[in-house]
Amino acid sequence: MPYYIIRNPYVTGNSVIAMKYKDGVIMACDTGASYGSTLRYKSVERIKEVGKHSLIGGSGEFSDFQEILRYLDELTLNDHMWDDGNSLGPKEIHAYLTRVMYNRRNKFDPLWNSLVLGGVKKGPKGDEKYLGMVNMIGTHFEENHIATGFGNHMAIPILRGEWREDMTFEEAVKLIEKCLLVLLYRDRSSINKFQIAKITTEGSTIYPPYALKTNWGFAAFENPSKGAVGTW
Amino acid sequence: MILAGSNRRLHSVHRNSGLAVAGLAADGRQIVSRAKSEAANYEKVYGEPMPVKELADRVASYVHLCTLYWWLRPFGCGVILGGYDRDGPQLYMIEPSGLSYKYFGAALGKGRQAAKTEIEKLKLSELTCREGIVEVAKIIYGVHDEAKDKSFELELSWVCEESNRQHEKVPSDLLEQAK
Repeated sequence: MPYYIIRNPYVTGNSVIAMKYKDGVIMACDTGASYGSTLRYKSVERIKEVGKHSLIGGSGEFSDFQEILRYLDELTLNDHMWDDGNSLGPKEIHAYLTRVMYNRRNKFDPLWNSLVLGGVKKGPKGDEKYLGMVNMIGTHFEENHIATGFGNHMAIPILRGEWREDMTFEEAVKLIEKCLLVLLYRDRSSINKFQIAKITTEGSTIYPPYALKTNWGFAAFENPSKGAVGTW
Repeated sequence: MILAGSNRRLHSVHRNSGLAVAGLAADGRQIVSRAKSEAANYEKVYGEPMPVKELADRVASYVHLCTLYWWLRPFGCGVILGGYDRDGPQLYMIEPSGLSYKYFGAALGKGRQAAKTEIEKLKLSELTCREGIVEVAKIIYGVHDEAKDKSFELELSWVCEESNRQHEKVPSDLLEQAK
């Protein structure tokens, strides 16, 4: 019987940042996956569409994320084959993922991920935006803005200060880019290649990867060893 | 008195194939359920959608199984399986005996003799899917005997280039046109 197989993650994805905006939910992450401290894979898509109404972003062990995508594929296929005019919305998928993650944790065999689930679905009160997150121990909650990994420490304070209810897409992208830039500067496992994805009632779009402009022109970087006394 | 959409006889088995059931509806559901699990399992193990030939084989074996033991009764329904894979679109019909053949045109049920004659009159190699659905709808309406049979609801689904090789219900506007 499997017990006490608390594994170590091998290939890990970095932070994912997401937030609600006027038309839906926007999600962003970098496209890197590290093998320990080596930046091994630089073109990894860590945000995927789920069904018609949701996006999932995963950080943590990438192979577990792929497995979760497979579970979700089975789930959405079965849902699609019912063909009854109804389809699983982000809230339902979030609940499903919570069950999966929590049950695995209870078997001491967790899926080593922090997942961000966002989407828009028509509800009784019109189009309802949904954004939630689940992590490897099964902690789950719903919020207006989510960040995983280092984003929790660096992006969340920015989002708490500057997020507003009715941001347009452009404003949302600017705010997210601000967070991504901070992570790029300060998180050693992030790379300068990002993907932004958005989901609205019309559907989801995952934009092609792009790089942000960084500024390294500080005087202190000119001659870094100037003030150093010298090694021994 | 039929509630539209309540008695589905066309089922999706996977993204690229579907099953039409003729006969005992409950038996049909069993076959569909088995086909779905076979197709899902194949994709899980082999990483690619199940080829239609393979699926037809599995369904036929399953149906045939129920003719082998005295304590099992045969399925009270036949099934038409249509799908699109790497070899293009394919049509199979599986009868309650477990007999399964690949067809260009197939018909099951009470009016199958008349329907088969009508299908044979069509030039199938030149028919596009769009034209095909009109023809098929015509045949179903033609075979339906106003006096003897109960009223019915037409269900149409297709797998073709237009539907992106996915099995799905024919879009409602085309359905209306066909009627």
